[in-house]
Amino acid sequence: MQLGNLLHDLEQSIPAERLLRRPAQMTPYESDALTAFRARPAAVVLAETQDEVIQTVRLCHQYDVPFVARGSGTSLSGGSLPVEDGVVIALNRLNRILRLDPTQRIAVVEPGVINLDVSRAAAPHGLYYAPDPSSQLICTIGGNVAFNSGGAHCLKYGMTANHVLGIKAVLPDGEIVQLGGASLEVVGPDLTGFFVGSEGLFGVALEITLRLLPKPELYRTVLAAYDSLEAAGEAVARVVASGLLPGAMEIMDALAIEAAEAAVHAGYPRDAAALLIVELEGERIQVEAEFAHLLQVIEASGPKTVTVAKDDADRARIWKGRKSAFSAVGRLSPDYLVQDGVVPRSRLGEALATIERLSRAHQLRVANVFHAGDGNLHPLILFNGRVPGELERAEALAGEIIRMCIDLGGSITGEHGVGMEKRQHMPAMFTETDLAVMAELRRALDPGEIANRGKMFPSGEAPTLRSHGPHPLERQGLISRE
Amino acid sequence: MSATTTIAPANLEEVQTAICAHERLVVRGGGTKPALSTTDDGATVLATHRLTGIVEYTPGEFVFTARAGTPLQEIAATLAEHGQYLPFDPPLVAAGATLGGTIAAGLSGSGRQRYGGVRDFLIGVRFVDGQGRLVRGGGKVVKNAAGFDLPRLFVGSIGRLGVVVEASFKVFPQPSQYATVRAPQLTLDDALATIARLNRSTFDLEAVDLLIEDGAPVLYIRQGGLATTLAARQQSLLTWLGGGAPLADEAAFWADANAFAWVPADCTLVKTPLTLHTIPVLEQVLHAHGAQRRYFGGGAAVWIAWTGELDTLDAFLTTLQLSGLILRGAAPWPFIGARPGATLAARVKRVLDPTNRFPTL
Repeated sequence: MQLGNLLHDLEQSIPAERLLRRPAQMTPYESDALTAFRARPAAVVLAETQDEVIQTVRLCHQYDVPFVARGSGTSLSGGSLPVEDGVVIALNRLNRILRLDPTQRIAVVEPGVINLDVSRAAAPHGLYYAPDPSSQLICTIGGNVAFNSGGAHCLKYGMTANHVLGIKAVLPDGEIVQLGGASLEVVGPDLTGFFVGSEGLFGVALEITLRLLPKPELYRTVLAAYDSLEAAGEAVARVVASGLLPGAMEIMDALAIEAAEAAVHAGYPRDAAALLIVELEGERIQVEAEFAHLLQVIEASGPKTVTVAKDDADRARIWKGRKSAFSAVGRLSPDYLVQDGVVPRSRLGEALATIERLSRAHQLRVANVFHAGDGNLHPLILFNGRVPGELERAEALAGEIIRMCIDLGGSITGEHGVGMEKRQHMPAMFTETDLAVMAELRRALDPGEIANRGKMFPSGEAPTLRSHGPHPLERQGLISRE
Repeated sequence: MSATTTIAPANLEEVQTAICAHERLVVRGGGTKPALSTTDDGATVLATHRLTGIVEYTPGEFVFTARAGTPLQEIAATLAEHGQYLPFDPPLVAAGATLGGTIAAGLSGSGRQRYGGVRDFLIGVRFVDGQGRLVRGGGKVVKNAAGFDLPRLFVGSIGRLGVVVEASFKVFPQPSQYATVRAPQLTLDDALATIARLNRSTFDLEAVDLLIEDGAPVLYIRQGGLATTLAARQQSLLTWLGGGAPLADEAAFWADANAFAWVPADCTLVKTPLTLHTIPVLEQVLHAHGAQRRYFGGGAAVWIAWTGELDTLDAFLTTLQLSGLILRGAAPWPFIGARPGATLAARVKRVLDPTNRFPTL
């Protein structure tokens, strides 16, 4: 590693005001939304052009210095945590929508474009960008691509990878590649799909071609209250099995309901142990007919109460409660850990019962607000880091929930990625050979392992937990951990 | 050409042994896309027809896992018993195409219009690479962000990175009824404008194909859903189109499309991904050479039945920066035209198949 030479060369090519070196300038880049980890880079490059990104990557490769590409830093798995004494390539200023073609239904964007800005730009054409991570007001497409981000509406139209058609990227050794293109179809290996979700280990996406969808003609939304979390979980299995294909199916538990009510007065029934939100979307005639069927399925699942959104304002209120629930719950506790495991949908009731049992056993409150339709749990483990032993108990509880997901045939992460946080759980999900092959693929693109070093793969070096509490952006209500 | 040897392993251990024992191998599923498993002299064919069966299927889960050699027909029939289907509409079902062959070829059919292609439904894969290693990527749940996306890497890899032995897919409930509109268009420009309008409309469409019938463009637009609302939805589509008529025996029409019944026996069948903007130029070339063709997926791709010199088509596609995959017909290598990402593919190949046991990718 030749850090001195690298910094010297960077000074030649990046204007001083965009090459941050002083600790005070770099503080905002030391952490992401997984605030438990913190690391100080040697420099932060505020790139404004693709050429600057390419040049920085090439210099890092030449001098064997690790780099981390970063968007808005909303990763919940520590995916954009800097490498100590490495370089951070900040991409927020690379935020142009290069092309929006309504005929072809695509948008070509730079990595720093904010997720919601794509839908905003597409709206005049009756189109939108489907993946909707709850940080979509601030998170960037580049970060979404790196972590194959999800959202509440993955059930029908999938995650980020399903919506990325082409990528121009700089590989960690400086080679520029064009993967895929503007067509929905491709021949040869799906390299675009392979790149998405590689957690920054395959380099930096410079231009991303996104698929846009027409906005549905009609949404119909129902809110059902249940006496137990398990009953709500069983209701999800019934809806899935009924042959209906909702756009979203979400569950909140009592703690989440209470917090959401206190925060935004969504009008949720307060005595319920669990709430289920189901939404259908599509052509008006079809949705109306399906919705009647959905209500029958819900009624048969033994709910306490059923509320149907009467109009757009009603629907917005229901979703506001849901989307604010996470940050609202977070305010109930000084610290919390959030997990992102997935279980088969038919095992949802069982998984929720296990989480309740584990919560009691570890004497820690756990709130649940999650994407039920695709079995993606988001248990939120509340603790106080200042009470000796509570952090350790919270982590033990989190570990048991992750193991439960694997035992039930699921995954350690549905949409947050492995990052720094869950890398030690990879061997529980994959064999030594699986991981060896993935590591070889990585080294084929990055022999020096300079791109986002320390993420995804289990490592001997234990990162230190340095701080707890909400992220500054979280305090401002700009991001939430779900 | 000398006679080729065929080996047919019956389980994954036998696949591993077979791979280690043969220096040069070509993988073959149902053989319905023969250009993808053409052998040159000396290579052994690894056939997957003994690697069959659905391993796991819980209908309420809308996910199944099956061995690679399982015929699509068997899978489709099992899913249909529970009102489910493969939404990406893999071609050549009746002809005997297999699940593994469909992944390897990366093929989706006209039905991809509604929810996406094979890449959007494959969630997990187990394969044996060129070094005989059994590797798993993805999983058996519909949402999963752990590890590199090896399942997608294998979509379209035509058996040249390894042998898929088992795959998991998510599936959807199948529409209980279908209806199709046939809408002749005056000119190609009219047809493309209509497709563009359809693609941006709020109609939920199962398929949008463009055919050239006696030199004139004709659109076939398929809808699906609840039987109780389908007639009203079709009427609404016809009104919106301002023309066209319901197609009688629409099921047979789409079954023929799936079987490539329109493709003459002696021509080269090529798949080419497209955008609507590239169709007019390509259409001139195809028309001038008398090639039959069928556009599908709302203009996302075209099947070309080419009868001329392959080099000619290769040159045209290269000029237009389009790619082609040869499914049938004599071809030394199944790719023609542009190859975006070829260097990355080559790097991946060196990891999974360093001794080039499988043909060049």
